[in-house]
Amino acid sequence: MAWTIICNLEEIPSLGSRIIKSSEGDIAVFRTSSDEVFALFDKCPHKGGPLSQGIVHGKRVTCPLHNWVIELESGEAVAPDEGCAHSIAARLEDGKVSLDLDESITAVA
Amino acid sequence: MQERLVVIGNGMAGMRTVEELLKLEPEKYEITVFGSEPYGNYNRIMLSPVLASEKTIDDIMLNDEQWYVDNGIKLYKGKNVTEIDRVARKVRAEDGTEADYDRLIIATGSNPFMLPVPGADLEGVIGFRDIYDVDRMLDAAKQYKHAVVIGGGLLGLEAANGLMKQGMDVTVVHLMDTLMERQLDAPAGKLLKKSLEERGMKFMMPAQTEQIIGEDRVTGLKFTDGTVIDADLVVMAVGIRPNFSLAESAGLHCERGLVVNDTLQTFDPRIYAVGECVQHRGMTYGLVAPLFEMAKVCANHLAEHGIARYEGSVTSTMLKVTGIDLFSAGDFHGDESTEDMVFQDAASGVYKKLVIKDNKIIGAVLYGDTIDGTWYFQLLRDGTDISDIRENLLFGQAHLGDSGHGDDNRVAAMPDSAEICGCNGVCKGDIVNAIVEKKLFTLDDVRAHTKASSSCGSCTGLVETILAETVGGDYSQAPKKKPVCGCTEHSHDELIAAIKEQGLKSKQAVYEALNWQTDDGCHVCRPAVNYYLLANWPAEYKDDAASRFINERVHANIQKDGTYSVVPRIWGGVTSPTELMKIAEVAEKHEIPTVKFTGGSRIDLLGVPKEKLPAVWGDLSEAGFVSGGAYGKSLRTVKTCVGSEWCRFGTQASMSMGIKLEKYTWGSWMPHKFKLAVSGCPRNCAEATIKDFGVVCVDSGYELHVGGNGGIKVRATDFLCKVDTEEEVIEYCAAFTQLYREEARYLERTAPWIERVGLTYVKEKVVEDAENRKALQQRFEESQKYVQIDPWKERAEGAESHEFTPLTVNAG
Ligand code: SRM
Ligand SMILES: Cc1cc2nc3c(=O)[nH]c(=O)nc-3n(C[C@H](O)[C@H](O)[C@H](O)COP(=O)(O)OP(=O)(O)OC[C@H]3O[C@@H](n4cnc5c(N)ncnc54)[C@H](O)[C@@H]3O)c2cc1C
Ligand code: SF4
Ligand code: FES
Repeated sequence: MAWTIICNLEEIPSLGSRIIKSSEGDIAVFRTSSDEVFALFDKCPHKGGPLSQGIVHGKRVTCPLHNWVIELESGEAVAPDEGCAHSIAARLEDGKVSLDLDESITAVA
Repeated sequence: MQERLVVIGNGMAGMRTVEELLKLEPEKYEITVFGSEPYGNYNRIMLSPVLASEKTIDDIMLNDEQWYVDNGIKLYKGKNVTEIDRVARKVRAEDGTEADYDRLIIATGSNPFMLPVPGADLEGVIGFRDIYDVDRMLDAAKQYKHAVVIGGGLLGLEAANGLMKQGMDVTVVHLMDTLMERQLDAPAGKLLKKSLEERGMKFMMPAQTEQIIGEDRVTGLKFTDGTVIDADLVVMAVGIRPNFSLAESAGLHCERGLVVNDTLQTFDPRIYAVGECVQHRGMTYGLVAPLFEMAKVCANHLAEHGIARYEGSVTSTMLKVTGIDLFSAGDFHGDESTEDMVFQDAASGVYKKLVIKDNKIIGAVLYGDTIDGTWYFQLLRDGTDISDIRENLLFGQAHLGDSGHGDDNRVAAMPDSAEICGCNGVCKGDIVNAIVEKKLFTLDDVRAHTKASSSCGSCTGLVETILAETVGGDYSQAPKKKPVCGCTEHSHDELIAAIKEQGLKSKQAVYEALNWQTDDGCHVCRPAVNYYLLANWPAEYKDDAASRFINERVHANIQKDGTYSVVPRIWGGVTSPTELMKIAEVAEKHEIPTVKFTGGSRIDLLGVPKEKLPAVWGDLSEAGFVSGGAYGKSLRTVKTCVGSEWCRFGTQASMSMGIKLEKYTWGSWMPHKFKLAVSGCPRNCAEATIKDFGVVCVDSGYELHVGGNGGIKVRATDFLCKVDTEEEVIEYCAAFTQLYREEARYLERTAPWIERVGLTYVKEKVVEDAENRKALQQRFEESQKYVQIDPWKERAEGAESHEFTPLTVNAG
């Protein structure tokens, strides 16, 4: 476990996302309407579309390029599409959002 | 704890309901199914092709026994339920098997009606309903010669065709003098008879059976006029009777069928019923499309979503006899209050008849050429006013100014490798395989699984035809009322009306008033709701960024690699050396990889990373440019030609007219993109006749054209009217635009909108009613007050900065 605080909840718009750059590529951090937070690598399993730019609804995001719908929790594409965007554990504590970044991933400023 | 759901009847309606339920609430019920047939669930409508040896039983299985196991469903096959104990909430089968229920679905289908003539119980006299019947027919074909089919309807002719294919000598006996008289009028019935006779089928009609002759097995048939013919096999296909005896014996209210309400509940609220056994609003049905609609609604209530209602179905029929094209829908007989439109070409065997009432299609019969069946059926169910397309109606959709896809779509003749969907590269073979393997029935299913028709939609007609051909004569077409998306049962029109009439002013108010099923909608409904609110309450409603597709949220077009393109407005396509130099400077300074002239007469800067957008915009806005809106469901471009300012043929100042129009309309949000053009003379170099609003200058003034579309399906504009002055051009343009903004469905461009509501309607509102025109213009101008603020400038100055800056982790 390496929980890294990345921002305050308010810095992410409700039903929106922010990105954070990392050694492994962009990470998209999402906020739902009920203030849950989730993080996925910002790459759609279809053709690599930036999921951070999609429309967030419920616990899902719709990719902006060809409308695949991705589960925020697992990164899985909603059937009948198949594929998975890698997810990263995210949590909200005292209004702060943190990600579980293991040693192989370092956030770059 | 799971509730217990018991289903009586393992047929098409019952299992479709279970499938729909599993999609919604897979865990909610412990499910038990009783079926009197010894199989899993199969596609009954494909029994005809099985009989004709075009398919095998394996081909037509919908859910094999493994499916029941995989979904944790207990299947009692070959068990006939004989008792429902509503007090103890228990059903009991013939062999004593029992099951308790919390909810029960009765889906017992119907029985073939057997004529009560002497000899009807002889061996070799059968109905045509299930695999057992087909097996008996195939057996008989091996041993015997003469088959008689009683009944010249859909089922009878399909049986006769199959038996003929098995080598039997077949006579069809029919009471009436027209075949399929419930689906066809006399001329079409004659054509059908002729082509079946050419294939070797014999007919005795009108003829009434008096007696079936034979000792143990049938040997012949005697008619009321005394004639006798040989028969070793008699198939009765004179009709079906809803099978509700079990329900009736349990004390449920039955009339001609088991009576249900709009939520498919019987008089016992724990007991639902679907399929051919039910009677709904006085109607019983014998085709699958209505049953599938019922299944959806019933599942919705069993899942306790409680929003759907079944409101009855309009059905259409096709005959599944290979090589015969026949389509019929609605009331095709008509009466004094209706008129007929008929096209007949005896030489090529084509007959088409449309029955029109109050300028709407209420019935259709097509024979020999059925390619437009789905289109007519759509017009019929939508109640579309056809006054404006009357002259071309009979020639089909291909003749409606649609040059892109009007060619001959003989889908059946296409090879499997033919590409059907150009956007997603899907071939005919892929679609057929998916339909067969994944058991798809609806256009939406095919879209979801193959992606065909899911992008630009221009191949929808082809996909529907393939679907119809592959699953059989009928399939579940889109229901009449199409909900906006899965979050609601309401259609776009209902949504628009509710926002207006109930004065709903926020997304939350809409979701509550219309019973949304999700907390915050989805990518389909949210942008639509946001637009409707914006269009109705321009002063009060605040645009919601989270409801915007990315391009509109960041005011640039996303590209395949995640970078963006930037298109500044070049008013009317007229620019200057200074402007061009500024654009060049910006492109150089920000190292823009591609600079391109667009198809809309302006310059596109492609490949800008998101973080750099505000800087690029800042520089452009300093140089006096505003956003071109190239990304929005909004006013796009105004194309012009040089016109009288330079051209030797020009009649009016088209450049300055275009610039005025663009300065007046820019910034406006629309249901879909909206393009204008002004051409200086009828040579029309600005292509004004394929724009949403086009102006063609003539010597005496300005011709106004509306509803044009380039793009996927080309449509030339309709002529709206002619006006004399530039002020009038502006007034009419505003009124037309506002009518479209207020009434069209989200993502419906002016071309399909006008085809739906009719040019006559638009003229009534915009041309004939001067007062209304002024009111529309006034509302347009009011809403423009709030949107002509350059979004680029705002963002370059810092608005929405979170969009454009990544987060950074502060050490410590
Ligand atoms: C840039 C441009 C192509 C070019 O390099 O010339 C273009 C680019 C795109 N067009 Fe277009 N269209 C462009 C002129 C046109 C034209 C020509 C015209 O306007 O005279 C047409 C046909 C005319 C018409 O609209 O009726 C056109 C018909 C379409 C269509 C089909 C629309 C239809 O109703 O059938 C789409 C798809 C859609 O909107 O769903 C589309 C969609 C697109 C999209 C937005 C596709 C997308 O969703 O990413 C492309 C955006 C690329 C980008 O980021 O810039 N584009 N597109 C043109 C921009 C014009 C401008 O200055 O704003
Ligand atoms: C040859 C043929 C061709 C057809 N072609 C078309 C076509 O082209 N287009 C179209 O739209 N429709 C067509 N139909 C009609 C279509 O098949 C029916 O509308 C549809 O199957 C009805 O579904 P259902 O579930 O109501 O009844 P069924 O599919 O008949 O299912 C009812 C099931 O319940 C079982 N059952 C009944 N009573 C009991 C009981 N007491 N206990 C246990 N099980 C019981 C029956 O054995 C049966 O399996 C065709 C029908 C036939 C026979
Ligand atoms: S610019 Fe238009 S025509 Fe060209 S690929 Fe994109 S959508 Fe298709
Ligand atoms: S890249 Fe995400 S849907 Fe295509």
